[in-house]
Amino acid sequence: MLGGQLISVLRREIVEEGDEKGVNSMGIRFVLLVNKQGQTRLAQYYAEHLTLDERRALEGEIVRKCLARTEQQCSFVEHRNYKIVYRRYASLFFLVGVDNDENELAILEFIHLFVETMDRHFGNVCELDIMFHLEKAHFMLEEMVMNGCIVETSKSNILAPIQLMEKAS
Amino acid sequence: MNPFSSGTRLRDMIKAIRACKTAAEERAVVRKECAAIRSSISENDQDYSHRNIAKLMFIHMLGYPTHFGQMECLKLIASAGFPEKRIGYLGLMLLLDERQEVLMLVTNSLKQDLGHTNQYIVGLALCALGNICSAEMARDLAPEVERLLLTRDPNIKKKAALCSIRIIRKVPDLAENFSSPATSLLKEKHHGVLIAGVQLCTDLCKVSEDASNHLRKNCTEGLVRILKDICNSPYAPEYDIAGITDPFLHIRVLRLLRMLGHGDADTSEYINDILAQVASKTESNKNAGNAILYECVETIMGIEATSGLRVLAINILGRFLSNRDNNIRYVALNMLMKAISVDSQAVQRHRTTILECVKDSDASIRKRALELVFLLVNDTNAKPLTKELIDYLEVSDQDFKGDLTSKICSIIEKFSQEKKWYIDQMVKVLSLAGNYVKDNVWHALIVAISNAPDLQGYSVRSLYKAFQLSSEQVSLVQVTIWCIGEYGEMLVNNVGVLQVEEPMTVTESDAVDVLESCLTHHSTDITTQSMCLIALLKLSSRFPPSSGRVKEIITTHIGSVVLELQQRAIEFNSIIQRHQNIKSSLVERMPVLDESTFISKRAGSSQANISTEKSNQQLPSGASLKLSNGVAKPAASPLVDLLDLSLDDTPVPTSTSNDFLHDLLDVGLTNSSSSGVASASGTDILMDLLSIGTPVQSNTTPENGSSIKAKPNTATVQVVDLLDGLASNGSHPGAQSPVHPSITAYQSSTLKITFSFTKQPDKPQVTQIHATFMNLSSEAYTDFIFQAAVPKFIQLHLDPANSNHLPASGNGRITQTFTITNTQHGQKPLAMRIRIAYKVSNQERLEQGQINNFPPGL
Repeated sequence: MLGGQLISVLRREIVEEGDEKGVNSMGIRFVLLVNKQGQTRLAQYYAEHLTLDERRALEGEIVRKCLARTEQQCSFVEHRNYKIVYRRYASLFFLVGVDNDENELAILEFIHLFVETMDRHFGNVCELDIMFHLEKAHFMLEEMVMNGCIVETSKSNILAPIQLMEKAS
Repeated sequence: MNPFSSGTRLRDMIKAIRACKTAAEERAVVRKECAAIRSSISENDQDYSHRNIAKLMFIHMLGYPTHFGQMECLKLIASAGFPEKRIGYLGLMLLLDERQEVLMLVTNSLKQDLGHTNQYIVGLALCALGNICSAEMARDLAPEVERLLLTRDPNIKKKAALCSIRIIRKVPDLAENFSSPATSLLKEKHHGVLIAGVQLCTDLCKVSEDASNHLRKNCTEGLVRILKDICNSPYAPEYDIAGITDPFLHIRVLRLLRMLGHGDADTSEYINDILAQVASKTESNKNAGNAILYECVETIMGIEATSGLRVLAINILGRFLSNRDNNIRYVALNMLMKAISVDSQAVQRHRTTILECVKDSDASIRKRALELVFLLVNDTNAKPLTKELIDYLEVSDQDFKGDLTSKICSIIEKFSQEKKWYIDQMVKVLSLAGNYVKDNVWHALIVAISNAPDLQGYSVRSLYKAFQLSSEQVSLVQVTIWCIGEYGEMLVNNVGVLQVEEPMTVTESDAVDVLESCLTHHSTDITTQSMCLIALLKLSSRFPPSSGRVKEIITTHIGSVVLELQQRAIEFNSIIQRHQNIKSSLVERMPVLDESTFISKRAGSSQANISTEKSNQQLPSGASLKLSNGVAKPAASPLVDLLDLSLDDTPVPTSTSNDFLHDLLDVGLTNSSSSGVASASGTDILMDLLSIGTPVQSNTTPENGSSIKAKPNTATVQVVDLLDGLASNGSHPGAQSPVHPSITAYQSSTLKITFSFTKQPDKPQVTQIHATFMNLSSEAYTDFIFQAAVPKFIQLHLDPANSNHLPASGNGRITQTFTITNTQHGQKPLAMRIRIAYKVSNQERLEQGQINNFPPGL
């Protein structure tokens, strides 16, 4: 009797742990865009409950770690319980925080896709484009990633709603 | 006005912020903008709300609070136009998170928008729901999302699928509703729908066993077909990346196949062929191709693959590992760590390459490689690997040394088959990176040396040699000091020389030199210095000719400003001077330390330190050496009794001086108070004292620990003697009556009461309490009355206070004396309830409290 209870308790614990794991592993945790000076230019967090202070601290730590690395070093940095995959385009750094079991190389491709999409829309995108059209950059990202999962990989599909809206206005 | 052209003022704000030269300027601009937005919101200015949210998004990104914009987002969402809704939802996702109650208010709008006829508005609502929904919202809106999964529009379908992922993560019970719509998504042609559908299926597998069985049965075939199609598809410009069609879809499908094939032989067999095809056909000269190969290898390792397929996978990893691109090498190391449980032989083959990676200039690669090497170590390769790592330790980066050292130490501890090898390696590590070695690691080394009688001479000699070369490594210094103290004569007399050893001559004065140089070196910490003093005391007994010099060195520390060192120096000095007859038994060699106890203790708490370790053992030697110190150390369990006793009994008159313990404690307390820390007015003399003594104590050498738990009765005579000596040193004033520390009896934001105590030696039950009242507020108190109540076994007599007016801000005090008689003295502690009444600018105030923190023994 007692043994049975114990087993059921154990099983419940295992299930709960499993749930936790399921919730925690979600692919992309955040997308961050910073310039060479380390100023944030775009930040989107997925299912990450950080207060303003925590967010600032996290961004500061990551930026310090990643911007100090050289071109030859690999594009992955482990920080806290994230893995940061980053890529540099001229003066802009794209930093994506992912779970440990995410495919790092695929995230590198994702960053490139994001940049290409913005390029197609803005035409050789630069820091100012993103700053002055922050909402559009967010709309594009929103079409590409939802809740940390990649949702669309075709540039024209991603840009379709934005172009439609521009036409309407 | 057109909301899309509202960028002008947003542009101005961004320009203004960019023009700021300092953070303070930026804060000022943001503050001004926020104020303008607030007032615009409160005026309900519809024309600008779109632009306001856009500005708030920017301000939020900079890390400033923007909560006041939340309601504005809700308003925008509720409005009819698409552009307003769009910015509203975006603001909602950025500025809110699911913990906020505001989110409850949006559920209704979401529900309406999910049913909207415009597909773009439905898309917005799905996106918002997928990003931020809480468990309650998930339950409320799940039926809508299910319905949307079945619509025809691919844009809505893909978003509904991802939204479902969020829903089943929040409420796993809903998983079964989604498994059949998820299956049908895999039959679509649209890549967005496929990738979303595959991810939904992956998440279903995670949360529900039933769903994963269902998918295994119904989807495996479809997934293999999808993979085949995109592998063999002709050039598709929309999805092409470096000649490969949609690598993202590739990767997601491979990942789902891994979940389905894991632990299932039939499915694994079914997908073997397609995996082999992907693994052999994918181009590996571009990042996209490598990403697919990487995922494919992981899937092969994760399922019940055939051995041929596994060889293929391991070969891919080998190719990755020798790639010049650091990214590829990083993922190879990452993958090999997972592969090691599947096929450790195959991974072992790459050992040399991996070891090279430990020395890479890239911190990320080093870290991965080191962890992998740690997993690769086994009994056969432990020795060469350790040698390699230790060699590298010498030249490695400063910030990598910590990680490297701890890994090397655990390898050495785990795989040492012979003690000599263990000691040799540890000495090497200590001399190369002793500052990075954790305390419990060198404690373990001392335990090991103490357990190896035939290696003690060898150890002390190697440590001595190592110390000559690198005296800056703290833990090496500490171990050396300990060993010289314990085994100094083996060093000098070359006891137990092993055949491999080079002969060396060390004189007694060389050994003392080592200790003296440590003691006086500027960077030596108190712990090390304390260890030096003990080692010196031991040497004075081991090397009688050097005893005079030792005495001199010790004497120089009698005036040390560090209480711990001063006390030790005084005590040791007195031992050398007056107690030659007991000295040799006091400083006998430490008994063998119990290895098994140490290991279990260490497993229990990683912070286990050796001195507490040893206090568990009963050993007779070295007794009473530092009892007076012991009094100041409540942490050592055997002493707790003693300490209690001391506090209970000190009030008793010293007439019972035949009880040596009394004297002892008396000395202990007054001796310490003579060192200038204590003063009669200090509130927590004893506590201060204790906190000074404790940290030093708990870190110091084993001797210390052992002496503490000495049973007082084993050395009665000596102890009395010893204390005599101390007393006549004149190092303390002849304070006779026991001191009870003052306490802060009561403190509020307005009032502080401190009690100090006096007792007459012949009346232990009676205590006189002097209460001091202090006004902490900025207004004076008048008509101040203090009342107190005590339990029945206590009698209380209050004397009148010296005043009833208490000036503000602590500028004056009221004192009041009262006498209490504890009829059950020694059995029950004091307790008291108090009540203070006073007037502040003729307003009556009342404060009450209870005092439980009387020092014991009253």
